[in-house]
Amino acid sequence: MKPTREVAIVAFAQSPSVRREWARDDVELLLPVIQEALSQAGLSKEEVGFTASGSSDFVTGLPFSFVLALDAVGASPPIEETHVEMDGAWALYEAWVRLSLGDVDTALVYAFGRSSLGEPRDVLGMQLDPYYVAPLAPDAISLAALQARALLDSGRATERAFAEVAARSRRNAKANPNAQRSGDFLPEALLDAPYLVAPLRRHDCPPISDGAVAVMLAAGEKARAATARPAWIRGIDHRIEPHGLGMRDLTRSPSTALAAANAGVGQGRVDVAEVHAPFSHQELILREALGLSGEVDLNPSGGALAANPLMSAGLIRIGEAARRVMAGSARRAVAHATSGPCLQQNLVCVLEAAP
Amino acid sequence: MKPCAVIGVGQSRHASRRDDVSLAGLVREAVDRALSDAALTLEDIDAVVLGKAPDTFEGVMMPELYLADCLGAGSKPLLRVHTAGSVGGSTAIMAVNLIRAGLHSRVLAVAFEKQSESEAMWALSPKYPFQPPLLAGAGGYFAPLVRAYIRRSGAPPDIGVRVAVKDRKHALLNPYAHLHLPDISTEAVTNSAMLWDPLRYLETCPSSDGACAMVLSSEEAARRAPGPIAWVRATAMRSEPTMFAGRDQVNPQAGRDCAAALYKLAGITSPRRDIDVAELYVPFSWFEPMWLENLGFAEPNEGWRMTAEGATALGGALPINPSGGVLSTNPIGASGMLRFAEAALQVRGLAGAHQVDGAKVALGHAYGGGSQFFSMWIVARQQL
Repeated sequence: MKPTREVAIVAFAQSPSVRREWARDDVELLLPVIQEALSQAGLSKEEVGFTASGSSDFVTGLPFSFVLALDAVGASPPIEETHVEMDGAWALYEAWVRLSLGDVDTALVYAFGRSSLGEPRDVLGMQLDPYYVAPLAPDAISLAALQARALLDSGRATERAFAEVAARSRRNAKANPNAQRSGDFLPEALLDAPYLVAPLRRHDCPPISDGAVAVMLAAGEKARAATARPAWIRGIDHRIEPHGLGMRDLTRSPSTALAAANAGVGQGRVDVAEVHAPFSHQELILREALGLSGEVDLNPSGGALAANPLMSAGLIRIGEAARRVMAGSARRAVAHATSGPCLQQNLVCVLEAAP
Repeated sequence: MKPCAVIGVGQSRHASRRDDVSLAGLVREAVDRALSDAALTLEDIDAVVLGKAPDTFEGVMMPELYLADCLGAGSKPLLRVHTAGSVGGSTAIMAVNLIRAGLHSRVLAVAFEKQSESEAMWALSPKYPFQPPLLAGAGGYFAPLVRAYIRRSGAPPDIGVRVAVKDRKHALLNPYAHLHLPDISTEAVTNSAMLWDPLRYLETCPSSDGACAMVLSSEEAARRAPGPIAWVRATAMRSEPTMFAGRDQVNPQAGRDCAAALYKLAGITSPRRDIDVAELYVPFSWFEPMWLENLGFAEPNEGWRMTAEGATALGGALPINPSGGVLSTNPIGASGMLRFAEAALQVRGLAGAHQVDGAKVALGHAYGGGSQFFSMWIVARQQL
């Protein structure tokens, strides 16, 4: 969708992703992240016009988990605030829409997920059709494996290509202090590992991560005042596909392609892309759907294979892409977030330095 | 900001158990009626916004993923909102914003709850570390606030009973209402069991299965709509934390701020004079006088007088909840949207037997959490 007003990302902060956050609760995880984002943007909490968050009660394992998280914002006096039960990337979309109306100039977006409180592969299985599919208890990794198998059967990818994605993700993550998995691995060595759920090996799957993220948005002059080099949102769109796995070609992501076209991904050279692919084979599907050439610096942060706090990992992709634009290492960046089994729902955002 | 209108409203039949429909079937019942009201099909819809209260109510994580098919959302944008009890209202506001930003021509807003697929008492009793274990359902949380209100205002003890009788009588005029209690009376309410002192069984909302849907549209699309239109004059949302020192939970600042912002945007200087009818989120009887004060219809500690005088009944000076309100129908995630939708029906003149004569300006109100999340809108027959 074409923006109706100039809106930019002006700050991004995230907690280091860890396997298990024992000591801090959601509020304690969010507080420093939100404070850092405000500080980067040079804003006080009173100057924030709109607040939107993303999280999931099923991740935390109790209803209304977003309610207490509001304590991390310090919503007194009262604020204009809302919550999507989705990845924080969609909260950012909502904030972008709100800023587009013109009467509010700044927005705080945050997300959190302590995935370690449950078994993510089983918890995510609860997303399925509750009458015909969920009772069969397929878990998230098995569903991804089904998709990976379909991709192999299509002849468009190999297990070695999966391993190459995993090796590059971990290598890139060495430069990311917030990543959970990193290091130098040879694809050949990775292929020696046993299957977790064939054809996926452990390195093809995301780590279980706890983490939080905050992003500041600002419009027009407010954005220019907040930072020397805002990451302007040039286009953002999201699309969903039917839920039924048998109703989709699992080897392709038409919703990503549609969102990418609407966001204008192809209307210029892409320097960096941060793609939310929790499973290695999904990066291959998404690269094709986004139309990214081999020259694009793909997932320099290491991506979701290096750190995957549920409901935060998509917003982190947008933040990582924006950070590179703000830092000057990229002029034009693409960020992507996904939700649902086998890439059912996808969001694409195009970020640019000043025109 | 571009204009936005309500051109279609639909709701399901509400009941304690809708064993005859799946989640998708329940949602489609409301969606199909809203589309029929707007003379549109799912193909005419550009984007969908879905709201409901916690996923633990039905045990489906992010059910918008599963419901994408029945909402005809394949290849469209679909957003899922969750702001506790206020979610029905904030879902509608999200949809309004998509129109106002000029992104879409027609947006479908949907909210639902199928409480029979869960145990609401359990789902409403979250156990946070370091918190006192007093969260025995919503009534356990709100009854002390009601006691504080009675002590503070000096209201006579029968005000809650009056609200309960009035709203149930209104519900008899609404074919979609869950509770139809033909024998409702002061005696029936007074003699019903005390659940959370001072709230009796019949001063408490039911648990309902139900859904609500609205078609919101741009000005251009609204001009082509076959039926009457409700223009969205203003929306507002405010949140504050559950607890902090000095928080007034009886008359929360977030609610007062939200109403003040709403009235300013809608050009309302005297709510009691300028608003013809209001659908307020009253899940327990005493919240009617409490919200009358919070929303500026009455001075602090004076709201109960409007109820006592009959001003809030159909035919009174300011009818409140002519649909029967949350006290008669409570599919939690949809309850807020039902308030917004009923307000729209009133100004469209389509509220049937519970229509307020000549209603031109209506307020829809929702709240959630520990009286901390507020979403409201003003709809009107004419554009501002």
